[in-house]
Amino acid sequence: MKITLKVWRQKGPSDKGRLVSYVVDDVSPDMSFLEMLDVLNERLILTGDDPVAFDHDCREGICGMCSMVIDGTPHGPQRATTTCQLHMRHYKDGDTITIEPWRAAPFPVVKDLVVDRSAFDRIIQAGGFISVPAGSAPDAHSMPVAKNDADDAFDAATCIGCGACVAACPNGSAALFTGAKITHLGLLPQGQPERMARAKAMVEQMDAEGFGGCTNTGECVAVCPKGISLDVIGRMNADFLKSSK
Amino acid sequence: MNRIVDYTVGEPIRDAKAPTGPIEDRWETRKFKARLVNPANKRKLHVIVVGTGLAGGSAAATLGELGYRVTSFCYQDSPRRAHSIAAQGGINAAKNYRGDGDSIYRLFYDTVKGGDFRARESNVYRLAQVSVNIIDQAVAQGVPFAREYGGLLDTRSFGGAQVSRTFYARGQTGQQLLLGAYAALERQIAAGNVTMNTRHEMLELIVSDGRARGIVVRDMVSGEVETHLADAVVLATGGYGNVFFLSTNAKGCNTTAIWRAHQKGAMFANPCYTQIHPTCIPVSGEYQSKLTLMSESLRNDGRVWVPLAKGDARAPGDIPEDERDYYLERIYPAFGNLVPRDIASRAAKNVCDEGRGVGPGGLGVYLDFADAIERLGRDAVEEKYGNLFEMYERITGEDPYRQPMRIYPAVHYTMGGLWVDYDLQSTVPGLFVIGEANFSDHGANRLGASALMQGLADGYFVLPATIGDYLADAHRFDPVDDVAVAEAEISVRTKINRLLSINGTRTPDSFHRELGRIMWEFCGMERTEESLNKALELIPSLREEFWRDVKVSGTAEELNQVLEKAGRVADFFDLAELMCVDALHRTESCGGHFRAESQDADGEALRDDEHFAYVAAWEWSDQGPILHKEDLEYEYVTMTQRSYK
Ligand SMILES: Cc1cc2nc3c(=O)[nH]c(=O)nc-3n(C[C@H](O)[C@H](O)[C@H](O)COP(=O)(O)OP(=O)(O)OC[C@H]3O[C@@H](n4cnc5c(N)ncnc54)[C@H](O)[C@@H]3O)c2cc1C
Ligand code: FES
Repeated sequence: MKITLKVWRQKGPSDKGRLVSYVVDDVSPDMSFLEMLDVLNERLILTGDDPVAFDHDCREGICGMCSMVIDGTPHGPQRATTTCQLHMRHYKDGDTITIEPWRAAPFPVVKDLVVDRSAFDRIIQAGGFISVPAGSAPDAHSMPVAKNDADDAFDAATCIGCGACVAACPNGSAALFTGAKITHLGLLPQGQPERMARAKAMVEQMDAEGFGGCTNTGECVAVCPKGISLDVIGRMNADFLKSSK
Repeated sequence: MNRIVDYTVGEPIRDAKAPTGPIEDRWETRKFKARLVNPANKRKLHVIVVGTGLAGGSAAATLGELGYRVTSFCYQDSPRRAHSIAAQGGINAAKNYRGDGDSIYRLFYDTVKGGDFRARESNVYRLAQVSVNIIDQAVAQGVPFAREYGGLLDTRSFGGAQVSRTFYARGQTGQQLLLGAYAALERQIAAGNVTMNTRHEMLELIVSDGRARGIVVRDMVSGEVETHLADAVVLATGGYGNVFFLSTNAKGCNTTAIWRAHQKGAMFANPCYTQIHPTCIPVSGEYQSKLTLMSESLRNDGRVWVPLAKGDARAPGDIPEDERDYYLERIYPAFGNLVPRDIASRAAKNVCDEGRGVGPGGLGVYLDFADAIERLGRDAVEEKYGNLFEMYERITGEDPYRQPMRIYPAVHYTMGGLWVDYDLQSTVPGLFVIGEANFSDHGANRLGASALMQGLADGYFVLPATIGDYLADAHRFDPVDDVAVAEAEISVRTKINRLLSINGTRTPDSFHRELGRIMWEFCGMERTEESLNKALELIPSLREEFWRDVKVSGTAEELNQVLEKAGRVADFFDLAELMCVDALHRTESCGGHFRAESQDADGEALRDDEHFAYVAAWEWSDQGPILHKEDLEYEYVTMTQRSYK
């Protein structure tokens, strides 16, 4: 297949950036989206052009590194699929695809499609943990956990921290990401002692980083590659309210 | 013609520093004898930890909790993205929560045997002991392991083990364990005990007065070359499977950190021990950039087969039962589809070599769930494997509920790594190596679900207990030698400039692909004297071409992914050569290392304990590698040939 790409090129944080068109011939339907970009980059290197910088690592949908807005949708058209797991068989010969970085003030562009997501790490630093130094834990069976709670906690814990939720949200809110961690730890008995303090600290950090407020548009869950549920935001808000009482 | 690397034999390694006495007391003995550092002094001691996977993340967090000053590095944009995140299946621990006869001793025994008698008994016993604490630690951190209705932890049997000792969190065990370690690490960062440097790549080790005292890194965003000094350096940089280009590792996994340390005096042990995983999605084309693992657990219910006749091009559903060869069930009736990884991989290669493989290029075998779906119902199969089936369909566009999966072996894990003693210290004092980056516990073959166990054992429990003994002397260390620092920095800059100045006609990736093909063909699943000699001819000439004709675009002072790649490929060349030398010198077959010349009448791997019951630790020298042998003695487990028939 022959595909035309319009790719966001931006040299650095202070550069204005623009869309540049490239044509990639010989795209095979079995290629992954990133493999198609590899092919483009190999060509750009040889012609002495600057290849497109993009983040990626595991290429199996779990590290959360890949991050592209494809035709206006973070991670592209397939539901519950990261960019690296998107395959070209979903496109046809002659298609034009626009590729842009995550766009949100707290995620400044580093170069081309690469953005800085360290704000997420700082939200975790604020309280996204259970304080238990190595070697101080009691036997794992000393605290049974109801299967439902464990399963629900797991569902929230599968968040890969990619940031698609923020990129999709008209307000640039990080509520789904933050709520997922608060829910994961808050559902478990181990997470109770720090639960309210955690919710307060994480929400405050989220605001301090400049993420917008959540107005329940639900765009985040539509693009979340791991299917995190909107319920986590409700839970975050409830815990936050209780913590501020 | 290129000269084939010669090696020389140096002094044997006589003491790996494990305490003597009953095996169950050795770790206690070591901990008791290790000197302690008083809390006030710890704050003055500075430790560098490179890598934030299960090993490095847990180590940095724990050292921070203990009060050391820690600086941590990773090449991704967040410590949470280390490749440990991708581990699917589970983590072993000798909890015996099922009462099915498991014990520390049995896990120890299984690991020594599974490693084909090429691991140290003392280390493996300690690993089995510590495994129990890992589960406690992870649960207390909030790792949401699978549970049963009574609220207790669920376990499963994994990779052919006869007991159910594998703890898991659906198909995302590595992710959940890593997020636990990451959370602990972030907590220490917030507390000011750990300074984190993401998007930084280690490019050189600084050795001063014979001690590891720091590293040189490149800030991957600004391109700045930085020096960081410390009292000790810990490498937790993962495995080097990407030397094969295609593997189940992440794209960024590399050997650079450990290779640099090797060139600075750290011995490299058993580089040729590579694990090839039998159940991966086959290559679909030339552009293929990585391979995806399909969890081993699929072999619990899937049946592996190929057509009986060569070149049978019919769709799988059109091939009648009596024209199929369920070859694992046929050759290994006792274990059937559950034989260990190395055996399953080689069997797949054999049937494909016979011309009976399926799919593109005939490089695939079927993994068929039709019987399981009929027996258990589609819902039950979906409940167990739903996410894996989805992943398969996403990648191949084929629906495994309706037609069998196609699978093929792929490089997955490297048992070799930097040599370490019982304290996890390398041959460079002050340089500690943990996780997949060291060679320590798996011998010639790693059992499923044991890498996560080892990484966390090293990081949470072993290293934090042993490093203090070394640091207790830190007040006597000389100041770091400026010349050593300058030399390390210059070597980094020189290499970067050289790569940028070649301006040739081939990309780093094209060289990497070609190197990978050489390694896969000649130093892969089956190795012979001839194939290895061939590889040792091809690698140097390709490396020479690389240094003459590689094209690296851009500059050093910016985010430059081509430059990063080129640096990694350069180191893979050197490592590849050492792997082939090691594989050539070890004329026996053992574990993941299969030398075609050394097999029994049934085609099974044949060890040669008389000549090869040792760890091969290679010292780097510009005259060619020097082999130091560390003899392995078995006091507890009797050496036997594995049999899965
Ligand atoms: C797909 C897959 C599935 C697996 N499933 C299982 C399983 O079910 N059970 C099991 O026990 N094992 C499994 N394994 C093996 C196991 O996951 C790994 O062996 C283990 O996680 C390695 O952990 P680590 O901490 O040593 O290294 P990694 O997790 O690989 O971490 C390496 C770290 O080093 C950093 N780094 C590397 N090089 C540099 C450099 N030059 N400069 C700076 N930083 C650097 C990286 O940024 C990263 O932070 C699996 C492996 C794969 C690939
Ligand atoms: S590259 Fe890891 S999730 Fe896409």
